[in-house]
Amino acid sequence: MKGARRSYGPLDYGRRLWLRITLWLSFVFLYAPIAILVVYSFNDSRRNIVWRGFTLKYYERAWNNDSLIQAFANSLTIAFFSTLFSVLLGMMTAVLLWRFRFPAKAPFEGAVSLPIIIPEICMGVAMMAFFARIGWPAGLPWPLNLGAITIAHISFSFPFVAMVVRARLARFNRELEEAARDLGASEWQAFRDVLLPYMKPGLIAGALLAFTLSLDDFVITFFTAGPETVTFPVKVYSMVRFSVTPEVNAASTVLLLITLVLTTTAILLQNRSGRD
Amino acid sequence: MDSWRKNPLIFWVFAVPPAAWLLLFFLTPLALIWVFSFGEKSGLIDIHITWTADNYMRALDPLYLQIFLKSFWFAGVTTAVCLIVGFVVAIAITFAPGRQRPILLLLVMLPFWTNLLIRTYALIAILRTKGSVNAALEHFWDWGNGLLALLGVEHLQLLGAQFEPLHLLYNNFAVVVGLVYVHLPFMVLPLYAALDRMDRSYIEASLDLGAGQLRTFRSVVIPMAAPAIVSGVIITFVPALGSFLTPDLLGGTDSQMIANVIERQFKSANDWPFGAALSFILMYVTFFAIALRSVWSARRDAREALA
Repeated sequence: MKGARRSYGPLDYGRRLWLRITLWLSFVFLYAPIAILVVYSFNDSRRNIVWRGFTLKYYERAWNNDSLIQAFANSLTIAFFSTLFSVLLGMMTAVLLWRFRFPAKAPFEGAVSLPIIIPEICMGVAMMAFFARIGWPAGLPWPLNLGAITIAHISFSFPFVAMVVRARLARFNRELEEAARDLGASEWQAFRDVLLPYMKPGLIAGALLAFTLSLDDFVITFFTAGPETVTFPVKVYSMVRFSVTPEVNAASTVLLLITLVLTTTAILLQNRSGRD
Repeated sequence: MDSWRKNPLIFWVFAVPPAAWLLLFFLTPLALIWVFSFGEKSGLIDIHITWTADNYMRALDPLYLQIFLKSFWFAGVTTAVCLIVGFVVAIAITFAPGRQRPILLLLVMLPFWTNLLIRTYALIAILRTKGSVNAALEHFWDWGNGLLALLGVEHLQLLGAQFEPLHLLYNNFAVVVGLVYVHLPFMVLPLYAALDRMDRSYIEASLDLGAGQLRTFRSVVIPMAAPAIVSGVIITFVPALGSFLTPDLLGGTDSQMIANVIERQFKSANDWPFGAALSFILMYVTFFAIALRSVWSARRDAREALA
């Protein structure tokens, strides 16, 4: 590779063929399975190999599958409530850690990051044992029967929200808040009119993150879900164990689309809030 | 930063809800299974806490020890593959034209946020005996045979009498492929962050002073990216070690990992104390790996302060 044959500079690694091939092969590896899954959700054949023309019948069939739709509604309901509480608790945690010095701050910080660190399976079985031991009532009317799963989801989501909001707060200029206080704003007014608007992009990004985390979670839900409180991933899991069907492909494609939109929005928002 | 005493009311308003939630709905469940791990099963659902260490001792049984070793082996191979591929990908993104970089980065991050179950399911459709990979291979086999027929040697059956699909699913290979598939972004992101911050004049200087590309990579790039390598290895290894879904859906009967054993103890085998002990062993390993990183970076900081 020395001498005249090299038409790029020594640091032009981006133009080295083998680097680019590895990059694109990695993307093929990451995306081909998902792409194939999406394409075959439109395939007019029960066997996923040969293309037999475009159809929407598996979407129709998934739509008419009552237990699948119920699971989907459960997932969305859980995600909604989990997001609501996670944003509130995450925001409080972030402000607390950013603003105050207090005794036992380090252990508190450690405890808050614990749900992010520990293996999902450990948290799943802990939640299962906990709800069994305290005798969490079963057979409540919908949506109250989703309470246990929602609580578990809040526990692992709000530390993530706290992380995102805290990163945003780290760049906050406290003089702004002090100025508001000097000009006669009460503590609450300063919070509502100065700090809260500043945190907003972080809160939205955190909310989207919490929503996706809740919608996607399988392992922890698997241990807290009862026979009547099946979420979408748990339902897909039982369908997948059974067999690979285009119906699952169709349902998965819909969920992929939802997470894709949510995540892209969250990432874009975070990039924007990182810049200003 | 204010002292909490300056504004105790506000402090408590912000402190009580998250602290109470964490205590009630996270630390209590963990404490509960910690206590269970020292208990004995008495009856179908009753657990008698006797503070015995038997559950932990049972984890040393060759049967379970082997599963632990297998989990470490899977996670280790996964981490190694991710490190090699992730490094190349991170370099390629770092040196890509400026406008492409955010898009490439987004492409790495997106799978990370898509549903784990769906991605694992997608792999099943690709790897199974009648899946995409085997269909593609069969195509090549047909081509090859066509070529041999053109050469007039088809009667030798050089490619075998008929196409033999590869068994790519429900074995250890599938588990490692699945783990790499899921964890690759975990490795790429920290490596990219480090390479992006790196001062390129060091690389240039090394090349100017006569070191080759490989030597530069070994003596300049790797030491500068070392903290990111350590972070990447730990955040890939730790979740890979605790994987449940991947070995469950892609593995065969002999590719079970710790998490699968834990699940069985809590569900079909109904031996919560033993499952709780296994969970805590897994958690201690996780903490150990994270502590290792802190010790490593503290040492490195100390060395740098001395240098």
